[in-house]
Amino acid sequence: MQFDFTPFLLSFKLASIVSIILFLIALPLAWWLSQSKSKFKPILEALSAMPIVLPPTVLGFYVLYALSQNSPLGAFVENYLGVKLVFNFYGLVIASCLYSFPFMLQPLQNGFESLPKSIIEASYLCGKSSFQTLLKVALPNIKPSLMTAIVITFAHTVGEFGVVLMVGGSIPGETKVASIAIYEFVEMLDYKSAHIYSAIMVAISFIVLLLVYIFNYKQKNIGFLR
Amino acid sequence: MIDIDVQKWLKGSNGRMELDINLSIKEGSFVSILGKSGSGKTTFLRILAGLEGARGSIHVEDKFWLDKKHSIHPRCRSVGFVFQDYALFPNMSVKENLLFANKDEKLACKLLKLTELEQLKDTLPTTLSGGQQQRVSICRALMRKPKILLLDEPLSALDMLMREKLQGEILELHKTFKTTTIMVSHSPNEIYKMSDFVALIEDGKVKKYGSPKEILLKTSGSQKFSFRGRILDIYKADVLSVAVIAIDNQIVEVVLDSNEEKILKVGDSVRVSTKAFSPVVTKVC
Repeated sequence: MQFDFTPFLLSFKLASIVSIILFLIALPLAWWLSQSKSKFKPILEALSAMPIVLPPTVLGFYVLYALSQNSPLGAFVENYLGVKLVFNFYGLVIASCLYSFPFMLQPLQNGFESLPKSIIEASYLCGKSSFQTLLKVALPNIKPSLMTAIVITFAHTVGEFGVVLMVGGSIPGETKVASIAIYEFVEMLDYKSAHIYSAIMVAISFIVLLLVYIFNYKQKNIGFLR
Repeated sequence: MIDIDVQKWLKGSNGRMELDINLSIKEGSFVSILGKSGSGKTTFLRILAGLEGARGSIHVEDKFWLDKKHSIHPRCRSVGFVFQDYALFPNMSVKENLLFANKDEKLACKLLKLTELEQLKDTLPTTLSGGQQQRVSICRALMRKPKILLLDEPLSALDMLMREKLQGEILELHKTFKTTTIMVSHSPNEIYKMSDFVALIEDGKVKKYGSPKEILLKTSGSQKFSFRGRILDIYKADVLSVAVIAIDNQIVEVVLDSNEEKILKVGDSVRVSTKAFSPVVTKVC
C-alpha cells in the first residue's frame, strides 16, 4: 500500500497559517484586554470564548451560512474578488481561525495578566509607549504563555474535525485533512489505514505537548515565572 | 517650585476617604512622606507619576502635568519611580535595564560606578540580592535625569546594615544630580538623616509640613528624652512594678510608681520620657 501523506501536510499547512494569523490578531487584543478596565471587556471575553463551549457543528453551520453564495458576505467576495469561500482551503482557514481563536487569546491574556503591574508601569516611566512596552517588556517575559498559545493553537487546529467537515467537506488535496481522512477510513472499514493515521496523530500530539512542558519547566527554573 | 494640589476619593480600610494634598516643594530638595499605612502615601506618589488619575493640578517648572483638562501620560512626565518591589525587567541585564530608560552609556557607567554595581552589569536582576536590585532600580530611575524622583519605601525590605549603606548612596546621588526627591518612609531615623522637609500625612491630608526637627522631635518642655513605645509586660519585683516596653527595635524595663501602675496595662501605647536628667553618652564600637 502506498502511504499518502497529503492529509497530514494539509493539516500542518492549515495549522501553520491559522497560528500565524491568530497570533497577529490575538496579540494586540490580549494585550488590550489585560490592561483594560473597560466595561466592554467582559462582553469581548465572553464572545471570544464562545468557540470553546459551542458544538463545532453550530459554529460550522454559521460559518458555512455566512460564507456561502447566499449570504451578502459570500456573494460580495465571490462577485468582487472572484473567490469562493466554502468547500475550499480559504473557507477552512477562516473557519479554523474562528474555532481556534480562544486557544491563542487566553494563554496570551493570562500571561500578560500574570506580569507584575509595576514592571509595565516602570516601562511607561522609562518613556516607552504601550507598543514598545508590549514588544520589549511584556512579550519577552511571558515566553511560556507565548509557547503554550502558539503550540496549543497549532495542535488544536490539527485536531479539529466538526467545523472542517461542515465548511470544507472532504476534497482530497484541498480540504481533506488528517482527522477527516481517519473518519473516512473508518467509514470504509479500512481499519489498517485508520490505525496508522491515528497512531501518527497520537505520536505527534504527545511529542508536541512534551516539548511545551519541557520548555515551560526550563523557563520556570531560569526564573522568568514568579 | 513644584506646586501640587490634588484630590481623589479612596477606598480605605475605614471606608471612603478623600485624599486632598496641597504641597509646595522647593526644587532640588529632599522631602519625606511619613504616615500610617492606608493614609494615602503611595497613592500620592502614584498620582504624581501619573499612574493614577486625580482631580486638581500639578505644576512643575512652568509645565502643568495635571490640570482641569489635561493629564500628561506618565511617559512624558520626567519622573523617576522606585517601586517597593523594584520592578526590574527580568529579561534584561543590569546595564540593559538602565539603557532601556535612556541610551546614555556614559551616564549608565557613572551610576553603576557610584553604586558599586560595575561588576554586575551583565547579570540578570533575578540573581541579585535585594539591596543590589534596589540600587539598580534607583539607577534606572535616574537614567532619564528626571525632574522628580519618587521613592516608595525604597529600603523597607532590607536589613539594617544594607539600609544605612543605601541611605548614604541615595543621599550621594541626590547631591550629585540635585533631583527633587520625594520618599515615602516609615523610619524616623531614615527621614531625619536624609530629608530637608517632612510631610506628615494622616487620613489623606497633610497634617504637618516642616523640617525633620520640627516634625520628628517630639520632646516638649524640660523633657530631654521622649520615646513612643508599647507595653509588652508588667510584672512585680518585690514591692515595685516593672513595665517591659518595646521602643522601636529595643526593649527596656521601666519602674512604675503606684499611680502609673493603676492606669497602665499590657498593650497600651505609651510615651517614655525623662526630665532634668543629663544622660551619659558613650561610644559603642
